[in-house]
Amino acid sequence: MHLAYPAVLAALLFCTGLYGVLARRNAILVLMSVELMLNAVNLNLVAFDVWLRDALHSGQALTLFTIAIAAAEIGIGLAIVLAVYRNRGSSDIDRLRDTAETDAAEALPDDESGTGTEDQATAAAGKAKKAEATA
Amino acid sequence: MTLAATAAHAALAAHPAPSGFLSPTGVEIAFLLVGIATLGAALVTVTTKQLVHAALWLVVALGGLAVEYLLLTAEFIAWVQVLIYVGSVVVLLLFGLMLTRAPIGRSPDADSGNRWAALGVAVAAAGALVWVVVDAFRTTWIDLDGPAQGSTEATGSFLFRHWVLPFEALSVLLLAALVGAIVLSRKRGKEQS
Repeated sequence: MHLAYPAVLAALLFCTGLYGVLARRNAILVLMSVELMLNAVNLNLVAFDVWLRDALHSGQALTLFTIAIAAAEIGIGLAIVLAVYRNRGSSDIDRLRDTAETDAAEALPDDESGTGTEDQATAAAGKAKKAEATA
Repeated sequence: MTLAATAAHAALAAHPAPSGFLSPTGVEIAFLLVGIATLGAALVTVTTKQLVHAALWLVVALGGLAVEYLLLTAEFIAWVQVLIYVGSVVVLLLFGLMLTRAPIGRSPDADSGNRWAALGVAVAAAGALVWVVVDAFRTTWIDLDGPAQGSTEATGSFLFRHWVLPFEALSVLLLAALVGAIVLSRKRGKEQS
């Protein structure tokens, strides 16, 4: 088999995941895109391991380790997303702006949706905290 | 994306290689077809407006990758992929979608405002990566003959002969992740308030 087939497929899958990470708003969809990127890396590892016929089979061993670490990552990531959702009532990552550097960046992109008042309350709380920190 | 892949393959065909690019083997044809299906499912996963459908299309993409592992003779990894990704990770994602009360129908704000910038970055990265990879490996062939290199016997042999210590360290990491996930998602008890 030509090595370019798995290599090109892995590159395109990685870029698909990259687009998802940058473009998605829901935190769980971002986690799905991260899974796509990890799988692209796994495909590269397996293809190059089969090509090189490594005596230690490093590629396949690292693929198994990556799969296990991805499982741990998705567990921790979902726990964090659930905690954020429980505290804020939303898991949209472009609404979590408490650590924004400037007041202009702290303004929410679109406040016309139903959860606007909650977000404004949390933003005000964050601003008050920042004022305490600077005082 | 598949257009870029076919263009890259056309560029490859201009340089005749010893095994002959214009007469692909059956394994290559199968790999290409499953790869197109996998890539299409991945694209639908990152572009669909329905959140639950994104998780279900992710199943198709990950299952297609398992078939690709089988075609590369990595059998054990293919079944691990089916068990862990399709079996548990996607179920976890679906539970996460349900617990955050994701809307069932179409949600118009699934994509954030920087979608076009993200598209530009992704297309630029895809072009650069595909160009580099095709240019570097245009005369490289994988020899798939002989005994399978990823059969369960071979996998057990190299995993428990050469990789025992990382394997055990990984079990500690999984335990830590388990405890961490429980601590993070637990509701605060009375001793905290």
